[in-house]
Amino acid sequence: MRVVLLLPPIIQLIVFGYAVNLDVENSPIAWMDQDRTPESRELLAEFEGSPQFRVTHLPAGEEEIQELLDRSAVQAVVRVLPGFGRDIRRGQRTQVQILVDGTNSNSATIISNSASQVVARYAGRIQGEQRTRQRTVSGPGPVRQGPLLSAESRVWFNVDLKSQNYFVPGVVVNIIALVTLMLTAMAIVREKESGTMEQLMVTPIRPIELMLGKTLPFAAVGLLEVLMVTGAALLIFGIPFRGSMLLLLGCAAAFLLTTLGFGLLISTVSSTQQQAMMASFFFFMPAFMLSGFAFPIRNMPLAVQYLTYLNPVRYFMEIVRGIFLKGIGLDVLWPQVMALLVLGTALVGLSVLRFHKRLD
Amino acid sequence: MNLRRTRAMASKELRHIWRDARSLIIALALPVIMLLLFGYALSLDVDHIPTLIFDSDGSPESRALIARFEGSRYFEILGFVDDYRTIERSIDREECLIAVVIPKEFSRNLLTGKEVQVQLIIDGSDSNTASIALGYAEALVANHALALQSAQEGGTQTPLPVEARLRVWYNSDLKSQNYIVPGLLAVILMIISALLTSLTIAREWEMGTMEQLLSTPLRPAELVLGKMSAYFAVGAIDTVIVIVVGVLIFEVPLRGSLFFLAVSCFIFLFGALCWGILISAIAGSQLLAYQLGMMTSFLPAFLLSGFIYSIENVPAPIQMFTFLVPARYFITLLKGIFLKGIGFELLALEVAFLTAFATLVFLTATRMVKRTVV
Repeated sequence: MRVVLLLPPIIQLIVFGYAVNLDVENSPIAWMDQDRTPESRELLAEFEGSPQFRVTHLPAGEEEIQELLDRSAVQAVVRVLPGFGRDIRRGQRTQVQILVDGTNSNSATIISNSASQVVARYAGRIQGEQRTRQRTVSGPGPVRQGPLLSAESRVWFNVDLKSQNYFVPGVVVNIIALVTLMLTAMAIVREKESGTMEQLMVTPIRPIELMLGKTLPFAAVGLLEVLMVTGAALLIFGIPFRGSMLLLLGCAAAFLLTTLGFGLLISTVSSTQQQAMMASFFFFMPAFMLSGFAFPIRNMPLAVQYLTYLNPVRYFMEIVRGIFLKGIGLDVLWPQVMALLVLGTALVGLSVLRFHKRLD
Repeated sequence: MNLRRTRAMASKELRHIWRDARSLIIALALPVIMLLLFGYALSLDVDHIPTLIFDSDGSPESRALIARFEGSRYFEILGFVDDYRTIERSIDREECLIAVVIPKEFSRNLLTGKEVQVQLIIDGSDSNTASIALGYAEALVANHALALQSAQEGGTQTPLPVEARLRVWYNSDLKSQNYIVPGLLAVILMIISALLTSLTIAREWEMGTMEQLLSTPLRPAELVLGKMSAYFAVGAIDTVIVIVVGVLIFEVPLRGSLFFLAVSCFIFLFGALCWGILISAIAGSQLLAYQLGMMTSFLPAFLLSGFIYSIENVPAPIQMFTFLVPARYFITLLKGIFLKGIGFELLALEVAFLTAFATLVFLTATRMVKRTVV
């Protein structure tokens, strides 16, 4: 049991933390240069200099491009057509062809944007040089090197835009929820399956006392795991922790009320461990997906967004992310905490009502 | 191997499955739920980004820039604010994702030809959405800058000398369903094998019925094959559900051979189910079997197979590890058959690995069951 409680969360944290990563960097691309002029080589240097791309193949023809993309050896192909350098020297507009593997549409969008930006940067530089040349010819005048209007970006909370900082706090939620939900559901069902439940029932113990007694140890374990997984997250991944640990534990207790309550509910409707496990997975999976962990709630259809108001994982996700990344306090988070308490009490209450001290 | 005994084992297991209505319903409803979730509800596409505008200038020039944001489908203007505090509070409460701050000297600088900057404040917590949103916002400002520049230089638009022409292959409208639904098949099959089969032998041990089974002439290989066949039926039904719904309702293209698809699914399912049985034989209790099943079947299939999170962007040691994950090969097969329409020639390696995996796991499972007998 100790192994089950302590080892999987850490393993899950490590696997999730490293694998769940939407950052698109070091994407392998193929470069087909049909022009071979200094200008095309400068463009190649721009792509090679960008941390987003890695030129790994230099295909010679159409079939090779087809094969590289079919095999997923590269995620994009940049093709410079003959006459590129000549057009630039003449001051004429020209193009660069970029073929993107659209199989993963999210990465494809990011790669398309990045590639366009690299080309735009190169183009901006060329334009600057062209203008300087024009001015040298036409005489002195106001020289403006940069564009007239530009944007200065300020990224809050996650300055390097590392997706780990976004996902790892979410993994903490996931691990706690899954473990406590499953263990609680199994706790009572196990007794039912092995027959020891009948022994418990002939004692004077009341339903509520039985349930509390069964679940409080898991609550303690749950809180311990919050501490452990948070510590591991900070140590292994270097995630920022800007809020109050005490607040995190308090909110975790409120969240545990809901998972333990739901676990109890499942155990009252299941007669075998298999049913309990399948039921807990069946409800946990959508709850997890619809919590805003990996897919923003904002992107969901409106009806589904309303549905998430009933999802305790959603609230705890907001709380955890807020405390880790934004350092916000109870003054901002009180609606989430209230929601957790309401849902938790409802679930526990429902379980107590359903729990019949009978043999059925 | 005696086929009659194997069939007897399979029919016993099928009867168990049939009698446990709840588990069966969940096993069949799960693919539908996941298809609904991933097909309709979950999306990484970025648009209607909630935006706040802080316009300190209030001139026709600043309003021209704001009009661009208003006209873009990517941005949804929540309102206009007068200070940074309101922006801070709004971002803290996750009401707005990006704020555009136009400085006082905006119009003055533009009219006198001096450089000026607008500030884009963005909530970086969700880095994926933030990167994409930032990209759109910067592009919008850059376009506006170009328009202003050409207006200043005499009316004719002098665009950039070099332009990127983009073409997207295989999934030209960049529908996220097209890449999620094929991958979902792998995840669902892994879940079924992890949830159902990993419990089966452990349960027999816990109940005490395993000893009864072992006292019969039933051989370990027949036990494994029999149990696996029963769950194979459930897995096959799930496969058909996902493929039919994916192709008919979500209009995921199926450009490759249906026969090849069926064969690949068959091999993968065989291997996944045997893996579940192997775990079941090793684990002492149902609880442990379930945990092992989750960690070795479901998690790798979900995270390390290229389903949503591409393997290329993961640290090298973990990339190495993904070569051991059967779901990774299956997803390559699925995406290849559905979206790229490629055939056996390019996918031979994947098929070979899955076949080797299935055989190896079957033999090991049989060995493990035999070992626990003695």
